[in-house]
Formats: sequence, structure tokens, C-alpha cells
Amino acid sequence: MSQKILLTAKEVNIILHRLACQLIEKHLDFSETVLIGLQPRGKFLAERIKQILEQEYKVASIQLGFLDITFFRDDFRRGEKPLEANKTQIDFLVENKKVVFIDDVLYTGRSINAALTAIQSFGRPSEVELLTLIDRRFSRHLPIQPDYRGRQVDAINNEKVKVCWIENDGEDAVYLI
Amino acid sequence: MKELSVNHLLGIKYLVKEDIDLIFETADHFKEVINRPIKKVPSLRDITIANIFFENSTRTKLSFELAQKRLSADVISFSAAQSSVKKGETLIDTVNNILSMKVDMVVMRHANPGAAYFLSQNVKASIVNAGDGAHEHPTQALLDSFSIREKLGEVAGRKVVIVGDILHSRVALSNIYALQMQGAEVKVCGPKTLIPKYIESLGVSVEPNLRKALEWCDVANMLRVQNERMDVNYFPSTREYAQQYGVDKALLDSLNKEIVIMHPGPINRGVEITSDVADSQQSVILDQVENGVAIRMAVIYLLASKIKQ
Repeated sequence: MSQKILLTAKEVNIILHRLACQLIEKHLDFSETVLIGLQPRGKFLAERIKQILEQEYKVASIQLGFLDITFFRDDFRRGEKPLEANKTQIDFLVENKKVVFIDDVLYTGRSINAALTAIQSFGRPSEVELLTLIDRRFSRHLPIQPDYRGRQVDAINNEKVKVCWIENDGEDAVYLI
Repeated sequence: MKELSVNHLLGIKYLVKEDIDLIFETADHFKEVINRPIKKVPSLRDITIANIFFENSTRTKLSFELAQKRLSADVISFSAAQSSVKKGETLIDTVNNILSMKVDMVVMRHANPGAAYFLSQNVKASIVNAGDGAHEHPTQALLDSFSIREKLGEVAGRKVVIVGDILHSRVALSNIYALQMQGAEVKVCGPKTLIPKYIESLGVSVEPNLRKALEWCDVANMLRVQNERMDVNYFPSTREYAQQYGVDKALLDSLNKEIVIMHPGPINRGVEITSDVADSQQSVILDQVENGVAIRMAVIYLLASKIKQ
């Protein structure tokens, strides 16, 4: 299978720092903000962003949770493969908080749509934003756009964008497959 | 990506170990869901489920209904006492009539062993056995093992004694299958008249002495004496039964270790266990009820995901 590199480790690192700075610009000390990584792949990005915010920009006590949207998806029984759930771990209420969803790739927007429903189980956020490393342009099924985007990518439908993380895949990189 | 090896849940006998693991993993997720401020997910919003109970039930029926509602399924419930079954309608006719109202799944409890299997062979819907006579009660066995796993970390290698009316118990048979499949050791304990004659052929040993059985085990699953299924007297009196096979606090405290006490309900307080045992720290009876909803959500979710559109 041919694959083309979209972002190298160095580029990923620069983008993560920029995204962290953009978050600080908007959310300052994060006292009213919670970060929610979307399972399964948004978890790594969310953890990395939190790490950069805490270690390099000295933002203390960031609340980070992980949301699994499997049971909220709109394609239950429609696909060939069964859906597999992951762990949801949100140990706080999001009532009146600013929620930032974090996911690696924004494609059709259906996952984010499911996440918007799922997060309501944990309270009514005052605001919801979306941070994504890769934004696949012209492929949205729903009117959903990111507030913070790492890189915009044009990819045709049968191409796949794969985001690799050093802790899971051995390297930081983004490929077009 | 994993899915169940079966299209119906008729009994533990028809499952493989991987099915049980998958049900438990899924139930872990649902247990987290039912402890959220909003305890509902929309997965099954286009699925309709009929609960058909030809025998009385409180816990199982409520637990199934709640599980279905937490998954956003549409639910119709039906008790045989108020139905046309009394007018002589056959089981297949009753169920087929319900199915023509576009029902996708049937949860059934019936007094005849094999009723769920029979139905699965004759109607087009996914069948969940909620108890068929003295045969199997698979979701109860699953939630029992799930509770053991929660309390003790794992089921494999644990020693479980099932005490009481084994002869008339569907909970006992399903538990024996489920526990052995997961690598636990099982003994049964009870009056000789209430132990099935060929129980050893299931790889289960019999311990007639309650104290010895409790000293051996990590978990004691106390069963109710099923008076409604008894046509003759199997023991002289309830008092004598309670004296020989009832667990009280004094007996529990005199053991050299702390064992886990389980009961599938309904409890006859003062017969198989006393009130202070049922309400003690060692008892997981109410955890079993909570886990029952999560397990039933998992079973229904996994079976529903196999119903193709």
C-alpha cells in the first residue's frame, strides 16, 4: 500500500505547540474549561496537548476526560463490522463549563455529532469547541467545523488519513494512505 | 472487532468463553453509563423488544425493562396471566402475533425447559431466555460471574459453592456452566433430595455438610427453596432446612476466612440466609441487582448489533 507523509514528527510538534498556545489565548487559566479527548484516537492528542500546556506553559490543574461515543453513533447495525466500545472516563461534571473536544481527524463530522449528544449525559456545557489535528476538507456530512485546526488536508474518499503517536505507533507522524 | 458467536441467548451451554469475555467487557462500559447523571444511550432507538413472561418475576422483568429503556429501545411487556394464552393460544401463535407488530427481539420466561430454544427454531426474532423452567437462566449466571469478577478480580481459579435447592434451580445449572467455562471450581451443597442424581456428570462434586462447604469456598451462592416447583415434600420442615442449610452470622463469623455471599433473589429471610447475613458487608446481593442491568444491556446490545437491517 502506498503512503505519503503529510506531517513529520517535527511538524507535528510545532503544530501541537501552536494549538496549545491558541487554547491559552482563548481559555487563559483553564479554570472554567475542560478538555475531552474522543476515544479511541483523540485520547493521545488530548494527553499530548495537556502535557504541553502543563509542562511548557505552566498551566496548572487542567481537567481532562475521555469520551467514548460508540453507543451514540448513528451507524449502529448499518456497517459490516460490529462497533467496539472504549472506556469513558469523565470524573467531573461539565455543567456550565467550556468543553473542548479533541480528536485527531475531522472527516464527516458524524463522530462529533455523536459526541455532542453523548456529552449531555455529563451536564450542560456553557460552550463546546472542537480541536482537531487534521481537518479533511470538503468531506463533511454535517455542518460541523473545527475551532482549532492543525492542518487542512484534501483527500479523496477512498484515501485514509492515519495519525501515528509515539506512545502507540512508535513515531509521531501523519500519513495519507 | 468482536461479536457474539450466537444470534440468541438461550443458555450458557451455547456460549463460548470469548462470548462471556465480550459480554463482560461491554457490561463494564454500560456500568459506567448507568452511573452517569443521565443514564441513557441512544443505540437501540430503532429496535423493538417484547418481554413475554409466562411465569412470575420481579427482578428479572424490571431489570430487562430498565436495560432496554436505558438503551432507548421500544419495549412492550406482556404477562401471561392477563393474556389470550389463557384462552388456549399456542406459544408460537402468541409470539408470531407479537412479531407481526414488527418486533425485533423477544425476552421470554417460561415454565417449560427448552421453551426458548423451541421458540428460536420456530420464529424469526432474536430470543433471550429469561428463565425456562428448571433448565437455564443465562443472564443471572452472567451477572453472578460478573459480580464475582468485580469483587475478587477474576473468576478463574475461584471456588464457588452453590447451596440449596439445586434440583429445581435454573440458576444453579447456568451458574455451573458459566463458572466452569471461566475456570472456576464448583461444588453444590444441599439436602440429598434436592441434589440432582447425575450432578457429578457435570464435573461438580457434592458436599452435604454446609460448614465444610463454606470452609472450602471463596464464594457461596445461596439459592431459594423453590416451593412452587415441589410436588412432594423434599425435606421434613422449613425449620429443619434452615438449621442444616441456612447461613447465619454465627456460622459465617466462625469460619477462618471471609467469603462472599451471593443470592439471586427473592430471599426467604430466615430460611437460606438470615437477615444479618443478607445485609452484611460480605453480601453482594444488591451489587448483583445493579450488575444485572449492566449485563442485560450488554447482552441486548450485542444481540441487537447482529440483527441486520
